[in-house]
Amino acid sequence: MNALPPAKGQVIGHSVTRLEDGPLVRGQGRFAADVNFPRQIFMRVVRAQIAHGHLIAINTEAARALPGVIAVWTHADVASIPPIPFRATRLQGLEPYCQPILAAGRVRYAGEPVAVVFAENPYLAEDAADLVLAEIEELPVLLDARLPPAEFAPGTSTEPAIVRKQFGDVDAAFATAFDVVALDLSVGRHSGVPLECRGAIARYDAAHDVLELHGTAKKQHWNRDEIARLLGLRPHGVHLFEGHVGGGFGVRGELYPEDLLVCLAALRLGRPVKWIEDRREHMVATNHSREQHHSLRAAIDAQGRLLAIDAVFHHDQGAYVRTHGARVADLTAAMLPGPYRLHAYRVAGHFRLTNKTPAATYRAPGRFESTFVRERLMDAIAARIGVDPIELRRRNLLASADMPHARQLDALGTDVVLDSGDYAGLLDKSLARFGWDALQAELRARRAAGELVGAGIGFFVEKSGLGPSDGVRISVDRTGAVELVSGAASVGQGVETVLAQICAETLTVDYRAIRVVRGRTDRIEFGNGAHASRVTVMSGSATHLAALEIRAMALATAAPLLQAQPDELTLARGHVVRIAAPETDLMSLAEVAAHMGPGSPLMIGRTPGLTAERWFYSDHMTYPYGVHLAVVRIDRGTGEIRVERYLVANDIGRAVNPMLVEGQIAGGVAQGLGGALFEEFRYDEAGQPLSTTFADYLIPTLAEMPALDVLVAEDAPSPLNPLGVKGAGEGGINGVGAAIASAVDDALRKPGAITTLPILPRQVHAMLPR
Amino acid sequence: MKPPDFTYHAPETLEQALSLLASLDNARLLAGGQSLMPMLTMRFAFPDHVIDLNRVAGLAGITQTGDTLRIGAMTRQRDLLDHPFVQQKIPLLAQALALIGHRQTRNRGTIGGSLCHLDPAAELVSVMTALGATIEIAGPNGPRDVAMADFPLGYMTPSLAPDELVTAVHLPVPPPGHGASFLEFSRRHGDFAIVSAAVMLTRHSSGHLADAVITLGGVGPVPLRLAKAEALLAGQTPTPDLFTQAACLAREIDAMEDAQIPAWYRRRLAESLTRRALTAAHQSLPGAA
Amino acid sequence: MTEPQTRHITLRVNGQAREITTPVRKTLADALRTDLGLTGTHLGCETGLCGACTILVDGRAMRACLMLAVQAEGHAITTIEGLAPSPSELHPLQQAFCRHHALQCGFCTPGLLTTLVEFLHDVPNPSEAEIREAISGNLCRCTGYDTIVAATLEAAAMLRPQP
Ligand code: FES
Ligand code: FES
Repeated sequence: MNALPPAKGQVIGHSVTRLEDGPLVRGQGRFAADVNFPRQIFMRVVRAQIAHGHLIAINTEAARALPGVIAVWTHADVASIPPIPFRATRLQGLEPYCQPILAAGRVRYAGEPVAVVFAENPYLAEDAADLVLAEIEELPVLLDARLPPAEFAPGTSTEPAIVRKQFGDVDAAFATAFDVVALDLSVGRHSGVPLECRGAIARYDAAHDVLELHGTAKKQHWNRDEIARLLGLRPHGVHLFEGHVGGGFGVRGELYPEDLLVCLAALRLGRPVKWIEDRREHMVATNHSREQHHSLRAAIDAQGRLLAIDAVFHHDQGAYVRTHGARVADLTAAMLPGPYRLHAYRVAGHFRLTNKTPAATYRAPGRFESTFVRERLMDAIAARIGVDPIELRRRNLLASADMPHARQLDALGTDVVLDSGDYAGLLDKSLARFGWDALQAELRARRAAGELVGAGIGFFVEKSGLGPSDGVRISVDRTGAVELVSGAASVGQGVETVLAQICAETLTVDYRAIRVVRGRTDRIEFGNGAHASRVTVMSGSATHLAALEIRAMALATAAPLLQAQPDELTLARGHVVRIAAPETDLMSLAEVAAHMGPGSPLMIGRTPGLTAERWFYSDHMTYPYGVHLAVVRIDRGTGEIRVERYLVANDIGRAVNPMLVEGQIAGGVAQGLGGALFEEFRYDEAGQPLSTTFADYLIPTLAEMPALDVLVAEDAPSPLNPLGVKGAGEGGINGVGAAIASAVDDALRKPGAITTLPILPRQVHAMLPR
Repeated sequence: MKPPDFTYHAPETLEQALSLLASLDNARLLAGGQSLMPMLTMRFAFPDHVIDLNRVAGLAGITQTGDTLRIGAMTRQRDLLDHPFVQQKIPLLAQALALIGHRQTRNRGTIGGSLCHLDPAAELVSVMTALGATIEIAGPNGPRDVAMADFPLGYMTPSLAPDELVTAVHLPVPPPGHGASFLEFSRRHGDFAIVSAAVMLTRHSSGHLADAVITLGGVGPVPLRLAKAEALLAGQTPTPDLFTQAACLAREIDAMEDAQIPAWYRRRLAESLTRRALTAAHQSLPGAA
Repeated sequence: MTEPQTRHITLRVNGQAREITTPVRKTLADALRTDLGLTGTHLGCETGLCGACTILVDGRAMRACLMLAVQAEGHAITTIEGLAPSPSELHPLQQAFCRHHALQCGFCTPGLLTTLVEFLHDVPNPSEAEIREAISGNLCRCTGYDTIVAATLEAAAMLRPQP
C-alpha cells in the first residue's frame, strides 16, 4: 500500500500556516449570509410556539396582505414533498418518525416549522411571520425519555427502537462476580452551537436547468442526491456549493427542512431565495445532542478487573428522527467499553422521542457520553475496592499485544476492531508530562491549607476515518499550477491546508501553490464530505495515492525525453531530476504537463493531461485514543468550579500538521468544558425552551479556559491507511466530562458525587461539607 | 431578529427631547442601546417612536465640584471607568464599572441607560445605591432630584414619569481613606451577576470601624442594604470573626427565586460575597495589614 | 403598518465618505453588510452577546448589531476590511493570527481583530491577563482561545515602537 515512511517529510509533519487564513483575516470570507444574488427574496420560518399539539388552523391572511410579501406556505403547499430521510443507521422501521418539512397536523416541539413567509427583505419577512397565526390545540408534553413511551401518532409510540448489542455471557459473569458496582448517570442536552448560524440560498437557472444551493456543508453529495429525489429533479441538474463555514461540529450540513424549502421556493417563485437562521431559531431548530440517562452495572473481580458490563440507557432524541437515524445511540452502545478488556457486555439503548428539538450528532457523538459513563464507572470501582483510580485503569487497559482487538461489536455498520494502540504507554507519558505524582503532593498540601482541590482522569478511545471511500483528482496544467479536487468538505478545520501538504510532499512543490477545491458537487462526481473525523484519513489517503500517480506519470513521460529510465528519475523542487544528480533540474512539472497536453505528439491515441484521480477505500475505522487530566478548584463560598490545569494526550498515528491538530484539540476542550460545566438546553414543564440566547446557553469564554497542555502522540500509526493517520477532530472533547467529573469528586473528597453533566455550582455548593 | 418598524427621532437639545417625550405615545428612549437594541431585535419591545439621546447636547460628561461628582446620563461607562478621579477616589465605582459587560459594551453603554433599565443584577444599580447617589431628572415641570435608594419603585421600574428622563447622576465623593470592595458572582466573566456585594468601610483613628455600607445586588428586585450587618459592624474592632458574623446575617434576607437559582443559593452567595467584600474592603483601608 | 421609514445618512467607512438611504430600524451591522457590501462584519447573535459584529466607531470597539445605521451619521467607522494597509499586506494582528493559528472557521475573527486593534492602541504593552479580559466578550467556538492570546502578545510586540 505505498505507505509513507513514518519520519517527518518535507511538508508533512510540519506546522505550516494555513491556506485558508488570507481571506478570513481580511473579512473577505464568504459565509452563507454573505452569498447574495440579484432579485433575491428572503424566507422566514414561522415556528410553533407550543411543544405538542394538534395544528387546527393557520391563518396567513394578514401576512399575505403585507406589502412586500410574495408568498406564505403551510403544509398544504408542500404536502407533495416527502419527509427528510435518514442515512446512517442499520435500524429498520424509523421512517414513520422522520420530520415533514412543514408540520403536518401535529406539532411536536416548540420551534417546529409550521409555515414559511417569503418577502422582499428580512425585516419585512419577520414582520409578516409575526402576523401568521397558528391555532394549536395543546396535547400533554413528554419531556423525559425515562418516562414510559407515549403515542407519537396513532399506532406508533415514542420509542421507535431499542439499540441492543451484546457479547460474552453477561449473566454468568455477574453470577460469579466478586462484586457488582452500579451507577445512574446523566448527560445534559447540549450541542455544537457554531458561531455562524445556518443559512441556505437557492437559485434556479432555467437557461441551463440547474438548481444551485449555497451555504451547504459537510455532506454535499448525499444532500444533492436527496434534494433531487425529494423534489423530483435529476441529480446532475442540482449543484451544491460550500463557501466558508463558521463551524460544523456535527450539526451543520445535515439536510434540514429549510434547505428543501428554499430549493422548492426558488423553483416555484422564480427568484433566488435566501434564508439565514437567526440565533434564537438556531437554538430550537438546529440539532441538539447528547442527552442520555444511563443505568449500568459492572461485575468485577477482587482486583477490580472488569468481568462484564450490563448497561441500559435512554437516549432523548427529541421530536423526530433526523438524518442520522439512531447513530448516536448506536455509537454510544458500541463505544462504551472504551480501552478496557471486557469479557462480556450487554447494552440496551432506548431510543426515545420527546417534545424537544430533534437531536443528532455533536462532535464525538456517543463518545463524550459513553466516556463519561465508563470513566465514572472506573472511578466507582476504584473507590469500591480501595485502589488508586490510575492503578485501577492500568489493571483493565488492553495491552499493545492485544492489538488489533476485535470487540465483537459493530458501529456504523462496521465491526469495531481497535486497530493499534499502546494505551498504558500513553497513560505513563501523560502522567509524567502532567507531573501527576508531584501534583498529588501539592494537592494534599493545598487541602491541608483548606482548599477544595482535586485531580481527575478520563481515558478515551475515539473512532475516525469512516469509509467506505473517497476520491481525489489532482491535475497539473501547462503553467505548472496544481489543482486538487476533493469530495471532502470543510467546516473550518483546515482541510485545504492538510490536503495541500500531503499533495506537496509527493509532488515536491510549494503547498501554498496548490489550489484545493472541496464541497462542490459540480466539480467531482462523488464525495463523502467532512464528518466523523474522516477527512484526513480518507481524503488524505486518496490525495497521497493520486499524488503518487501524478509523480509516476510525470516520470514516465519525462523518461524518454531525457533518455532515462523512469526509475532513474525522481521529483525535487517540482522538477524531474536524476536520482544520481538531484541538484540539477531537468524538466519542470509544467513542461511535463505541456508534453502531456492534448495535441502533444506524445499523447496521440491516449487520454491527455497530467491528471490523476485516485480512490481510497476502507472498510474499517481507525481508533485514536487518549487521556484527559484535569485539576479543579472548588470555591467554598459559591460552589464555582475553576479548572486550573488541563492536559489532553491524544495518539493520532501521524500528525500531518501538528499546529492544526493542537488547534482541533484545544477547540474540543473548550467545547467539552461547556458541556461539562456550562451548556444546557433547558425546558420548562410545558416544553418551552429556556436556552435560546447566548445569555442562557453559556458557551465558555476565554476567562473560563484552563491552562491547557496538549500532547500529540504518534506512537501507534494506523495500519489501515498509507499515511498511518487517525482523525484528530474529536479527541479534544471526548474525555472532558469524564475528567472534570473525576476531578470534582476528588476535590469534594466524595467518590461518585458527580452523576450528571453539566456540573452546576449550586449543586456542588449543596454537596460541600458544612 | 430584526427590529420592528418605528419612527426615529434624534433631538439635539434637552428641550427637544422632552417635548418629543411629552407629545409622543409609546416612545422609548435610546441611550447606549445595550439593553434596548436586543429588546428590539428580539421583538420584546414594540415602540412606535424611538427617541435617540445620542445627539442631545450636554448630556454626557463628568464634572467635579467640591465633594460631588456630576456624571451626565449619556456618559459612556468606559469614560467613567477611565476617569482619573474615579480611579483614585471612588474605587468601589471603578471596581463595579470594570465588571459591567465587556469592553465593547462599556464603550457604548451609558450610565443613565443602565440605571433606567434597572436590571436588579446590574452593577451600576447596585453601586450607585451603595454610594448614595442622587438621580437628576428633567421633565416638563423642570428638574427634580431623587435619591438612588428611592429611584427603583419595583422590579425594573424606575421612578420616572413617562415624560421625564434622567439627565445626570450626582455622587458624593466618599471620604478619603475609606475601604471599598465590589464583588460579584456570575456563571461566566462579564455576565450579569447572580449576586453582587458592594462594601464600603471607614475607620476611626482608634482602629474601630466607624461606618459600614453593605449593598447586595441581584438578591431581590431592587438593591438591598444589609442594615443589620452594618449596625453590627459600626464601632467594632474589625476581625475575621466579626466579618463572618456580619455576613451570616445575609442568610436571613428575602431572596428571589427562579428556575435556575433557588433562594437558598442566592442567600449563600450573598453571605460569601459579603464576607469576602468586607475582608477585601478592610484590606484596602490605608495602612491595613 | 405604514411604509417603512427611511433616512439618508453620510458617514465615513474605512476612510471613505459613504452615503446610504436606510430604513431607520436597520441595524448598523446590516447596513454595512448589505448596503455597503462589507460582509466581513459577522452576525453571530444580534443581541450583543457574541462580539462577532464588533467594529470601530470613532476608534472605539462597539457591537454593530446594537446600533442603528442612522446613528452612524457623521461618524467614522472601521470594519475588518479597513485593517490591512494594502491588498498585499496585512496588519500585524492579522499576520500574528495566521502565524499562531488563532482562527479556524474564522467567523469570530473580524470581531476579535477589531476589538484588539482598539485594545492594543489603548494598552500597547498588555499582560496576558489584560488580553484575556479585553476579549472575554468575544466568543469563539473553534480555537479554545489560547492561540488568540499568543497572537495578540506577538502583535503587540510588533506594533510597539522599537526603542
Ligand atoms: S452579532 Fe453583535 S454581538 Fe453577536
Ligand atoms: S474560529 Fe470559529 S468561532 Fe472562532
